Amino acid sequence: MALQPAVTDLELLKVRPAVACLLESMPQALQAAKFDRDELTLWIEPIHLLDALQLLRTSSSTTFDNLADLTALDWFPSEPRFEVVYSLLSYQRRERLRVKVKINGTDPYVESVTPLWAGASPFEREVFDLFGIRFQGHPDLRRILLPDDWEGHPLRKDYPVEGYR
Amino acid sequence: MPGIDPFNSAPVVETVDGDQTMVLNMGPQHPSTHGVLRLLLEIDGETIVRVRPDIGFLHTGIEKTCEAKFYQQVIPMTDRIDYLCPMTNNFAYVLAVEKLLGLEIPPRAMWIRLMLNELTRINSHLVWLGTHALDIGAMTVFLYCFREREEILKMFEMVAGQRMMTSYFRIGGVSMDLPLGFLDYIKNFANYFPDRITQYSDLLTNNPIWRGRTKGVAIITKQDAVDLMLSGPTARGSGVDWDLRRDMPYGGYEQLEFKVPVATEGDVFARYEVRMAELRESISMVKQAIAKLPDGPIKADAPKIVLPDREKMKTQMEALIHQFKIVTEGFTVPEGEVYQGVESPRGEMGYYVVSDGTAKPYRVHMRSPSFANLNAIGVMCEHNLLADVVAAIGSIDIVLGDVDR
Repeated sequence: MALQPAVTDLELLKVRPAVACLLESMPQALQAAKFDRDELTLWIEPIHLLDALQLLRTSSSTTFDNLADLTALDWFPSEPRFEVVYSLLSYQRRERLRVKVKINGTDPYVESVTPLWAGASPFEREVFDLFGIRFQGHPDLRRILLPDDWEGHPLRKDYPVEGYR
Repeated sequence: MPGIDPFNSAPVVETVDGDQTMVLNMGPQHPSTHGVLRLLLEIDGETIVRVRPDIGFLHTGIEKTCEAKFYQQVIPMTDRIDYLCPMTNNFAYVLAVEKLLGLEIPPRAMWIRLMLNELTRINSHLVWLGTHALDIGAMTVFLYCFREREEILKMFEMVAGQRMMTSYFRIGGVSMDLPLGFLDYIKNFANYFPDRITQYSDLLTNNPIWRGRTKGVAIITKQDAVDLMLSGPTARGSGVDWDLRRDMPYGGYEQLEFKVPVATEGDVFARYEVRMAELRESISMVKQAIAKLPDGPIKADAPKIVLPDREKMKTQMEALIHQFKIVTEGFTVPEGEVYQGVESPRGEMGYYVVSDGTAKPYRVHMRSPSFANLNAIGVMCEHNLLADVVAAIGSIDIVLGDVDR
């Protein structure tokens, strides 16, 4: 099972229904795509996030109707600093898809997906708590794991692992 | 609950829709919350109007700690997330890293992993059954369940030297071969265990008190199960026919034969039935794995990633160098990212591992099933009786280490 090089060419990736579906219905939303280690990743324009997820969820060729996971990555010190990562799952097609949005570090916010999946609420609160990314439209955006008066966001790369701040 | 300070646990009386409601604090030290879950219950008489979980008491920042460890050093951290199914966590993590590395493991290691993973599921379900029944008032079941759990923990001790925090799986295989006499021990267990499952269900399934406390209680509809991101037996109790072992097989499950039990009622009793049926499937899978267990190496042939045997290390120069390098510098993993979901006893346990090409993971994220399944607490408890909260919490089988990480 030797590693294959990653495929990033959109033309080659058109055989993937998720890429084809987005290119056909809302090409402005798709920034880039990558197929690596049998996993497909799509980068979506932040302003089109909800529409793109809704499309991937309802389109009969993709049917990614489940959100399996929601988390974030911090690429400090490069910009755009954060990536919010959505792991979609299709029960019908037995397939996973990773959707990412890049957001900048000065005022990190992205639209909440709670209108699509109510269960995303604690996941978004966790990302807000540990990364300091705000989710617009979230019904109850408070810290979830850390105390309310905690300072800083521990999973950011500029937050020290040990010692005092 | 607007206007209520979550850190002020004193009962608050306020008016909602013209009714007098009271906020009742449950936990975090309540014995039937299975750890340190705190629930804020807004009640009107004995009926629950709203419920809000307050979590984070066990948050230890494991995801942050992982970023400062070598890849192989993360394995002991994963045990401590969900302490009732350590092998499942090990399994998910090593599968993710093996996928990142493109590493293939020998068949003997694969079957050992599958066998122990299913034993772990039995172990976890036994703790669930025992404590769940104890919460509802059936104390006998608890004692019977822990009798068999003790046997499983003995087996874990035989293979790993540890009863609970086993850390037995390694990237590229398992840490040691099975000890002498282990297969006889586990075969004996697999032979008598199905009768023990019958014993438990004889105590509960047709027991009028048990049925009264669980039938029609804390119902989750199928639509709610999907919207609230539920998984595992909690979702299967509501008619979601989905099991990662069958539908997206990993680590050798495609070579096992098993059924996926599904119930449609969505109540506490349905989830109980699903888990009881899973116990039988798991023990059958253990038997299949024993039958298929081949001889051969237990570690992949990748000297720069897998530690050498002690014998080789003491006699061969190359092996000694590799041992020294792996222990002091770790091994580098090619850049990339991987999400590996496995079916843990509680649902989808997902490890999202990102590598930046160094010897330490850039990010390890655990998608823990208990964290997502806790979403169901609202639909299960609201408009139901206060006394059923305990049954509802027990039925989604949360582990607070898994919720808080």
